[in-house]
Formats: sequence, structure tokens, C-alpha cells
Amino acid sequence: IMCASAKYNTRGPALIPRMKTKHRIYYITLFSIVLLGLIATGMFQFWPHSIESSSDWTVEKRSIHDVPVVKLPADSPIPERGDLSCRMHTCFDVYRCGFNPKNKIKVYIYSLKKYVDEYGTLVSNTISREYNELLTAISDSEFYTDDVNRACLFVPSIDVLNQNALRIKETAQALAQLSRWDRGTNHLLFNMLPGGPPDYNTALDVPRDRALLAGGGFSTWTYRQGYDVSIPVYSPLSGEVDLPERGPGPRRYFILSSQMALHPEYRLELEALQAENGESVLILDKCTNLSDGVPAVRKRCYKNQVFDYPQVLQESTFCIVLRGARLGQAVLSDVLQAGCVPVIIADSYILPFSEVLDWKRASVVIPEEKMPEMYSILQSIPQRQIEEMQRQARWFWEAYFRSMKAIALATLQIINDRIYPYAAISYEEWNDPPAVKWSSVNNPLFLPLIPPQSQGFTAVVLTYDRVESLFRVITEVSKVPSLSKLLVVWNNQNKNPPEDSLWPKIRVPLKVVRTAENKLSNRFFPYDEIETEAVLAIDDDIIMLTSDELQFGYEVWREFPDRLVGYPGRLHLWDHEMNKWKYESEWTNEVSMVLTGAAFYHKYFNYLYTYKMPGDIKNWVDAHMNCEDIAMNFLVANVTGKSVIKVTPRKKFKCPECTAIDGLSLDQTHMVERSECINKFASVFGTMPLKVVEHRADPVLYKDDFPEKLKSFPNIGSL
Amino acid sequence: MQTRKKYIFLTFLASWLLLFFFGGDQLRRFAPFSGRKAEARRNWPRWTDRSLLKSFAEPEELQRDEDPSLLSPRERRAAWLSAYSSSSCRMETCFDFSRCEKHGFKVFTYPQERGQPVSETYGKILSSIERSRYHTLDPEEACLFILSIDTLDRDHLSGRYVRNVDEKIRGFPLWNGGRNHLIFNLYSGTWPSYTGELGFDIGQAILAKASFSTDSFRPGFDISIPLFSKDHPQRGGDKGWLFQDSVPPKKKYLLVFKGKRYLTGIGSGTRNALHHIHNGKDIISLTTCKHGKDWEKHKDTRCDKDNVDYERFDYQELLHNSTFCIVPRGRRLGSFRFLEALQAACIPVLLSDGWELPFAEAIDWGRAAVVGSERLLLQQQTQFLWDAYFSSVDKIVHTTLEIIKDRLSPPRSRSRFLWNTLPGGLLVLPDFSTHLGDFPFYYLQHGYSPSKKFTAFIRAASQAGSLSQPILRLIQAVSGSQYCAQIVVLWSCEKAPPPSGKWPQSTVPLTIIQGRRKLSERFFPFEAIQTDAVLSLDEDTSLSTSEVDFAFSVWRSFPERIVGFPTQSHFWDPEQGRWGYTSKWTNELSIILTAAAFYHRYYHSLFTEYLPAGLRELVDGLAACEDILMNVLVAAVTKLPPIKVSQRKQHKEAAAQQAECGEGAAGTPLPGAPSPSAPHGARVKGTAGSRRFSQRQDCLNQLADWFGYMPLVSSQLRLDPVLFKDQVSILRKKYPSLEKA
Repeated sequence: IMCASAKYNTRGPALIPRMKTKHRIYYITLFSIVLLGLIATGMFQFWPHSIESSSDWTVEKRSIHDVPVVKLPADSPIPERGDLSCRMHTCFDVYRCGFNPKNKIKVYIYSLKKYVDEYGTLVSNTISREYNELLTAISDSEFYTDDVNRACLFVPSIDVLNQNALRIKETAQALAQLSRWDRGTNHLLFNMLPGGPPDYNTALDVPRDRALLAGGGFSTWTYRQGYDVSIPVYSPLSGEVDLPERGPGPRRYFILSSQMALHPEYRLELEALQAENGESVLILDKCTNLSDGVPAVRKRCYKNQVFDYPQVLQESTFCIVLRGARLGQAVLSDVLQAGCVPVIIADSYILPFSEVLDWKRASVVIPEEKMPEMYSILQSIPQRQIEEMQRQARWFWEAYFRSMKAIALATLQIINDRIYPYAAISYEEWNDPPAVKWSSVNNPLFLPLIPPQSQGFTAVVLTYDRVESLFRVITEVSKVPSLSKLLVVWNNQNKNPPEDSLWPKIRVPLKVVRTAENKLSNRFFPYDEIETEAVLAIDDDIIMLTSDELQFGYEVWREFPDRLVGYPGRLHLWDHEMNKWKYESEWTNEVSMVLTGAAFYHKYFNYLYTYKMPGDIKNWVDAHMNCEDIAMNFLVANVTGKSVIKVTPRKKFKCPECTAIDGLSLDQTHMVERSECINKFASVFGTMPLKVVEHRADPVLYKDDFPEKLKSFPNIGSL
Repeated sequence: MQTRKKYIFLTFLASWLLLFFFGGDQLRRFAPFSGRKAEARRNWPRWTDRSLLKSFAEPEELQRDEDPSLLSPRERRAAWLSAYSSSSCRMETCFDFSRCEKHGFKVFTYPQERGQPVSETYGKILSSIERSRYHTLDPEEACLFILSIDTLDRDHLSGRYVRNVDEKIRGFPLWNGGRNHLIFNLYSGTWPSYTGELGFDIGQAILAKASFSTDSFRPGFDISIPLFSKDHPQRGGDKGWLFQDSVPPKKKYLLVFKGKRYLTGIGSGTRNALHHIHNGKDIISLTTCKHGKDWEKHKDTRCDKDNVDYERFDYQELLHNSTFCIVPRGRRLGSFRFLEALQAACIPVLLSDGWELPFAEAIDWGRAAVVGSERLLLQQQTQFLWDAYFSSVDKIVHTTLEIIKDRLSPPRSRSRFLWNTLPGGLLVLPDFSTHLGDFPFYYLQHGYSPSKKFTAFIRAASQAGSLSQPILRLIQAVSGSQYCAQIVVLWSCEKAPPPSGKWPQSTVPLTIIQGRRKLSERFFPFEAIQTDAVLSLDEDTSLSTSEVDFAFSVWRSFPERIVGFPTQSHFWDPEQGRWGYTSKWTNELSIILTAAAFYHRYYHSLFTEYLPAGLRELVDGLAACEDILMNVLVAAVTKLPPIKVSQRKQHKEAAAQQAECGEGAAGTPLPGAPSPSAPHGARVKGTAGSRRFSQRQDCLNQLADWFGYMPLVSSQLRLDPVLFKDQVSILRKKYPSLEKA
């Protein structure tokens, strides 16, 4: 554009005198474009937040060498040492977090400074690569705020990841002079290597008053449960080495130890273990005679054999993670990455993220005293469980260990869960690997309850205009002892339901609901009128079910309240020729669905159908005016993982297919449509949730040689 | 005119150019408009030289942080022992693991001393421990010790306060500074501060205490227990109040509280605040000032009105009809409101800062106690927790013991998932397996499925030295099933089993176990049983291959239940005031005879390891009760009825009652009544029959007494093949032989 304008600029004056009408239009257009451009540019330039972003745009180009230097006077205040009795309700100011519609804490990061003491000597390295990655991750996350007044949590940019790389007193002074320090309230420090020689404290020695500590290597004595967060010691190898996930199955070694610097006493014990169990135990040590240029950290040796580290970890089922001077060890991260099950031997160590992660699923913790028994303890773990632990270990690494970003976000999420406990992430979300999340079900009606019979059920009849047949259904259903209410869903907008006086007189309340649209999903709407748990969905032409059959169906539902309990059963089959699912209504030995033309189910599924049906299934059903029952079968099976229960023998039903069977070719199209539904739903659900079973429920004495009058449900199976 | 135009034009162009020079930066950034938002918020700079930054620690430093001059592990442990004792005890410093190695987890209770009565509640706790399978009478083999001194109430103003405890315990030779001791406490401290003060030095003993504050709680060492009243039942316990899953949990009230309001002193702040939320409609918060003798002295302006309101609402009614219940701290951190709310399926809303929640080491309270979106799930969770861990003193005490036991061997302990999922940690034995797929309860949650094969387990007790016809036929039929992996015969006779050549040749491996002629032995977790499913059989059971096949296909749908053929049922006999039992044909069933039943092999372990030895001895002493016990056990675990599947007419051979070896070694009784026309509850004819019948009835009542309630659940249905007796060609049916008379 610039070149173009420059061109006009030179040629413009010459053209103006010869301007004609068409040129005038041309110029007016040009003018307005230029004018618009001006306004736009001006707006961008002087818009308030654009000024703000312009400043950080320039900040971005900065080098770490340019950050401002802060001089700490020798007598500047030092925070208190840190209060071991701090808990969220005593040392944390939750009111800063306030009510937040998104239930997300707001995290502010102090800008980077270089701290020097009175003599101008640096207090610590300005910032490490990992801490920079961590702060970048926080600032990119949805927890971040740049408004210090709205922040609930403050993260200093003073890098305390490694205690050995800083001067304790001066770092503490630097913390104390932060603008919002306020005794460290709501401040979060990240530390991975705490303590130093000779006593190696298990928490950061820098006095920090009330600040929260996300520390690697806490012991039960320094960890303030529910206040501090235990984090892993990051292994920079994670970023350098790519270890592809290895499938489960036997590995070359059973137990492997890869740590280079073990206390001689531990090493003796491990060597004894190796001597006892031979080849399956491999105890590696540092290499003594490596040629120059080979990084010692990437090699391990056993006698004269040289192994690549961390690749060798993938060759073993279990990998030992022994405490060193510190409790937290970076090797844990390498071991998890290799999908090797960590055997953690570090008494009183608080495992990383132990507040939310179930380490028993991914690791074996062995008390130091029991080290000699390690082999037999590990041998007693079932193979299937080992495979799961391997997968779980790898998943923990991928989700919570692999990068500083993963570590930072998990830490913030844990704190977030404490502040908004009602929006906390569930155990399953933290712990289940994606594959398990997919294949597992969490039944919303998991408590084994047999609802009281006295409550009865509500019959919901969907009808359009078949009044005569409807009235017969009402009369029949009203004979069922446990019926407590009858609800007619009048799906015809063009016709009024019959007058009150015309309806059959029955012993239970009868309610008519008029719908706004003729939609099939109206049948599954959670009407307020349904007060019982049990719902009987019944078509307005199902008059052939006896009172005994319906009452028995209700009794069966009470024993299986989380399932669809229905009369006509159907089956889905895999069509090998067409390579897709097929719908089957023949007399089969199996069932996987029941038709909702006559079925009992829990009222909760009405909510699920109406509000939680995945994808566009609900609209699809309404548009096609078909398959609402198949959709319901999919929904219930998917959420409970259980099969339907078909009750009582097969009878001649007046149902879509049945009429179709009588009425010739209708059959074909109907079956094709139903098959199409199954394929559509299976693709939306991403799986085939329906379960095939070979049984149906009958009364205990059905067809037994026993006087009919003594049977509870004698009239069953009559055609 | 034209010149002016020209100048305007030029000015425009000039300013346009100027803007480009100074504002170009923005323009460049706005060009890709999509990237704008993310960048506007970014604050932490992308340093130009970030790639040059050093790592926080050199790889060398990370991989070898060991300092050679460091204490050896043994020295370090010794140092810990001195540094971290008493107030900062941990298992590794204050607990002697070696005591538990030889004999396993055994608990010893000090003998009661004369003239030293204990409170009713402490008596219950002691008897719970004595009823537990871990109890021992020999202090030498004990791993854990329980004092006979009542330490429940340590409020020295209370009448139950036992004086001079320090002196007494120092006199115990086993005390050893409190090592491996477990001390129970419900009330500690007194007016006005109600601290955790116990009035004696517990030393290195583990403290199981109600109202534990996080300050004094020694994590991983102490155990927080719930506050329960002296009326809390010893065993069994009341059921939860949730009988149905109503959706939405439409209850009259959203949130309720009814309790004392302290006018002064500790805890008054929390409860004083509660009246603000009372709206008289769906949020009911009632307080009374009436407590203590001199409440009127402190009474404020609200007291009178509050006291009137307080009387207007019935507490039980409120609990029943509310979705959430406030559980504020009392003088102490825990209050009775907690257990009350759990039982009532009222989701507890906790207002008690610094309270270490009961059994928090095992229970994930976030799933039951906090306001969540899925109220229905939370309500069910409260009921599960109530029933699994809190409904009786037995459960509270046993949960405490199991938590300690789990610490002894971390690799053989329960994961948090197990504690927080049905049927709960007490019923899941980590000694059986630590893999979830080995239990019958978690198939769905973890996407496992039960094994596709079963083990036929036949108990043979016939006196004849040779093999009888029925057992040969049975082996034939069972081995014909495509799902049969192996046959195991438990030879429960004095005579040695026939040599292997005498056994029928079958396609599946056959193992013979020489039994010890105890009835309970048939449910011993034999190593030989390798499949999830066990088909339990008596030697005289008659089954066809297709019956077995069909029943197995049903079992795979209900792997946590007993699935079988002949059934019996129990009923409450109001005239005699006891449970009745009938083997007649009835419309209901609650017991499946283990003479022909599928169940999960885990129930063998539960039967042998979980039930106390006393119950198995009871069963061994009776003629025929072991199958009732098995049914009661499975029902207590699942809370569900067993499942009956269709069978052909004659289940047992006509000559089923053949001579059995030895007195009292009989298998299960005759299933089904010979005459179907006999009415419900009729007496069985014949003396042998009636003795057995009355023994079974007695047994049923003793079991109900031991469990504290009747676990059996009745069912009205039977599962048949889909086309059973339907009017279709027999050729279309998968199990036609089931219909033959």
C-alpha cells in the first residue's frame, strides 16, 4: 500500500487538472479509502488497551540482561521463617479470590528483576530456563491475570527452584520487598531442590512466612497437608530424549536400579538382591572409563557393559527410585517416562501431587526397612496389574511430569480445587488415563436400591389422535395395582383432546399434557407431573399387555431400577457383508434393546434424554420421526454399561414392525431406516454401547407345574 | 478550489505516511486478527535470549545429589527416632513394624481390670475389636494393643473422666512408651478452650479421636473418627434413609440446620452466623440459646424469638426433607450433625475450619460432602459411606483397624478408589489381590469383563469307595460345556479318592483335592481355582450342559451375584418374632443353594478370610447352613438378591438322599419340595428332614443376629432364555433342552 500511495503522490498533481467525471468518482473513492485508513490507524493507535499491549509488545523484545536491577540494603526486612501450622483457613486469604463465575483463581506474576546486595553482588541467577518456562506457562494459561488488584494468587519471579543456586538471606529479603508481599499471604513459591549440606532440609530454607510452597521432596514433617503442594523434581532429560511409549508385556529385566549416587549401604543391599535373583535384577552404576565427550549423565554401566540412559529404563518392569540426600529424585520422572513401574523407597516422602494422584495405581512404595523383601513383594503383584501400572505410570508422566508447563498447571489446579471445592476436578479425571476414561462407565444410579413398591409408577401415553385405542389403553393400564398416575401426552396441535367427561373413569389421577410441537422426544420430556421414580412409557395402541404382565414388569424394574425393562425385545447385529450395524426384529435368542412402546425406566433418564443426549441425536430423531426408542436404549446402555431386561414371553404386538410385517413391503423400508439409526447413533456415541444378552425375566414360577391360583402373576404370556 | 483539494489530498497522504511510520507496529500485529486476543493478554515476556538460559540444576547435580559424608540410612532412622517422637510421630518412627511380621496384623486388648468399669460406648469398641478377625488373646503375637482404660471422655469436668491415667499406664509392662498402642477418644479438653488436651501422655501411641484438629493431627499416624452417640448400634446399624433416587432431588427444603447457638465462647462465631440465612421457606436455620444452666445470663435480643421458632420444626422431619444440611462446629470441631446428615442422605455442608475429616486418609470427602452439581450422585455417596463405614460401632472400629493395617504393607493396601467405591474398603481384601479386575465389583467402572471360562467345583462326600453314577454324569455334563476350563473335586470323605484311572476321561483338566471334612471347607479359596467364575456343585446334582451354558451366560451379566438353580426363601414370622425359612415353592426367592450355583471366586476368599472364625465354626457345627451363610454374605456385600435361572423339572436324582459319609458332613439339603402343592411354610415330613429344617432356621436367625440385620433380599423373578417356551420352532431356540419336562 505504501508504494501505491507514493506512486499516486508523484503522479497525482499532474492528473488533477484533467479530471473528468469518471475520474472524480475515482478520486472520491480513493479519498474515502485513505480517510478510512486514517481513522482506523488512529483508532488502533489511541485505543486504551492497545497502548497497554503495545508496551508488552516492546517488552517482548527485551533481553534478560536488560531487566531492572534492585539493590537490597543489608538491613532490609527478612520474612518469618515459615509457619508449620499454616492451613488454608488460617494463612490464606480466600476473600481475595472472591466469587468467580468461572471458578478459576486469578494468578499474578511479578515482573522480573535482578536483585543485588549492597555490594552489587547478584543474589541468585536471574532466572533459570525451567522457571522461565513455568512462568510462561502460567501467563499463557487461563489462570493468569495482569491486574494485580484482581489477583488471588501471586507468583514472584524470583527463582527459588534450586536452593543451592541462591543466597538464602538475600533471597528472603527480596521476597519481603515485593509490592504485595503482606507476610507472604497468597504467594506461591516453586522449589524443586530444597535443603543443602549437611542436613538437607526437606523444604526450602528461605524464610517465607505464610507463602505457599510448591516443593519437590517434602517429608511428612515439613509438608503442610492441604496447604503446600508436593511437586515433582523436573528432569530436563524429558525435553531432550524422546522415549516412545512401549506396549505392555514382559521386559528383559524385572528390577533395575539406575541411580548413580547411592549410599554405600543401599548399594550393598541392592547388590545382595542382584546376587540372590540373578539376571532379572540389574543394578547400574556410573561409568568409570568413558571416553571424552560422552556425557556421563546419559550412560550407565554394569561391570564393563555400557547402557544408554534413560533408554535402558524401558528394558525393565520395575525401576527403583531410592532417596538420596533429598527425598525427591529427578529419576522418578525418567522412570515414569519409560513406562517403568517406580519402586519408591523413601520413607516419609510425600509423593508428587499426592493430594490428587492415586500413586498406588502407578507405583509400589516399599518402606526402607523392607528393602530385602523387595523381590518377593514385587513378585506377588499380578501381571495384569503390572501392565496397568505401566500404562498408568506413563500417563502420569504425560499429564503431570513431562514439562514445566504440566507441573505448573497441575499445581494451580490443585490450589484451585481447594478454593472452589464444588468445582473441583474429580478423582477419575485426575487419575484415569484417556483409554480408561473411554471404556469405563460411571453409573449415575450406582447405589443398589430396590425402590419401595408403594411408590408405584407413572404411565406416560404418547398419543396423536387414536382416541378409541387410547381409551382402551387407559382402561387396561388402570387395572395395574401399582399404577399411581396416568399422563397422556397429547401430541396433536390441530385437534383438542376429548372433553373431560368423555375420558374413562379410573382410580388414579389422569393428566393430559398438550405439546407445542408434534415431536417424538415429547415422550421423554421430564414433566413435573411425573412424581414417581418409575415411568412406564406406553404407546396408545398397546392393549394386549395384561395387568399381571405390567405389574410384573414394574416388579422387575424395581429390582433393576437403572435399566430399561420392556416387553418387545430387539437386537442389533454386525452385518459382515455391508460392514455396518443391522437392526433385527426376528425371533432371536438374544436381545440388546427393548421398544419403548411398552417399557419401564427410571425418570432420571428423561433428564438425560432431554438435556444430555450427545450430538444431534435428539434433533435427528425428531426430524425423522423415528428411532426415539433406539436412542433411549443407546443412552441408558452408554451411561450404565448394562443390558436391557426383557420381560415375559413374546406376544403379538401391534408395533411399527409388526404392522409392517403384516402389511408387506413397508417392512423393508422400516428396517432399513432403523438400521440407519443404529449406525448413526453408534457413530455419534463413538462406540456401540448396547449389550447383548440371552435372557429375559419371567416370574419365579412361570410355566412351572404349580397351581395357577397360588402364583403371583398367573396371567402371563397369553396371546 | 482545485488547489485546495490538492493540498488536502497531500496533507492526507502525508499524515497517512506518518501514521505508517509510527503506528506500523500495530498494523502489522493487527493484520492477522485471529492472533490478537492471545497476545493482548500476554504479560510474561518472551525473552530474546531465553534459549541461552541455564537449567535450574546441572544434570550431574540432579542425578547425584548424594553426599558421601551423609548419614547412613540406619543412622538416619536412629536420628529420626529421637527427633520425631510423640508430637511428630510417624509410622516409621513411632511404630514397631517388626511386631507385625511374624503373626500378621493381630490386635490385643488389655484384660479388664476389676473395679475399673468402662462406659457403654467403650465397651462397644472393645467388643468390636474382640469380634474382629484380627483379635488375639496372646500379647506376644500382637501387633497392636488397646487399653482397657476408658479414654473416650477426657473432659475433666465429666463424670466419666478417669483419673490418674498416666500412673496406670506406666504400670503396664506392655506400654513401652505407647509404641504400637491405639487409643480411642471422643471428647477432649474442656470449657472454655476445648483443646485436644487428653490429660495424660499418649507418647508414641496412635490416637483415634473424634473432632481432630489438623494442628495436632499427626498425618499418616493418627486417625480421625466420627463423633457418635452412646446409642450407636454395635453391629449392623440402621440403613440410610435414601430409598429411591428421586430426580431432581426434589425436597421440601434446600438447606437446614437445627441446633444450639452458643452465646459465648469457642464455636459461637460459627453458629451465631447461621441465623442470617434463615428464610423460613426453603432454607431453615434454627438455633436455640437454651443450653447449660446459666444461658439466660448471656441471652441476647434474638433468643426469645429463636427459641419459639426452634420448637416449631421437628428435627427428624427437617433431615428427611432437605437436600443439604449444615454441619457447623460445636464446642469441638466435630458434631453429631455429621453422622445424622450422612444417614439422612442430606449432603453435609461443613462449617468447621481445621477439622481433620473422619477417615480422610481413606475417604474422599469431596465426593460426598461438598456442594456439587450432581446432587443425586452426592446423595448416593453419603448413603454408601454411611453404610460402609459409619452405621455401627463395628464399622467405625474396623475401618480404623483396616486403615492401620494398610499402612503396614503399602504394596498390599487398598487404593483410594477401593475405599470410595461400592462395596467399600472393608469388603475388599487386598490380600486376595490388588488388581481391580480380580474382584467382582469393578468390571463396569474399569471396562474389564469377567473371564470367559469357569471352574466346576464339585464337593464329593459319598461313602461309597467307587464313583457313583450321578457324579460321573455330572462330570460328563459339565465338561461338555464349551465354557468349562477345569473341574475341581473336593473329596470330603475319609476314604481316599479313587485312583485317577477311575475318573471319567474328559476334555478338561480334573483336579482332586483331599478335603478335611468340614462343611465350610467348600468355600476355601483353593489355589486350584483359576477362573473368576466358580460353578459350585454337589456330587448328586443333576444338570445338563445347556443349563450350565445358559446359567454361565447369565452370570457374566451379573458377576457380583450368585446365579443358580434351586432356590429357597426367608420371611419374617411375626408370630414367633423371628426369621422363618422355607424350601417350598414360592413366588419369591432369596437363597440359592450352592449345590448348583455360579458365583465369583472372590467370595471364597471373603468367606474364609473376612468372616470371623466363630461364624465358620457355627456353620461347621450345624448340618447344613454353609450355603445360607454364603448367601447372607453375598447379599450383605451386594445388597441385592441372587438370581435364579430356569432349570429342567428334576433337579436332583430321585435317589438323591444317599448315604453320606460321616455325621454332620451332609451337603446342602434337598432342594425344592417333592410335592409342589404343599402350601407355603408347611413343615417338611420326616425327622431327619425336620431336624435339618429347624437347624437351617436357627442358623438363619443366628446369622441375622451376628450381622445385626437380615441381609437377604428377595427377588420375584427368574431369568429364562429369550425364547423360553415361546411358540416358535424348537429349531430356532438356542437352549431347547431346558424346556423338556
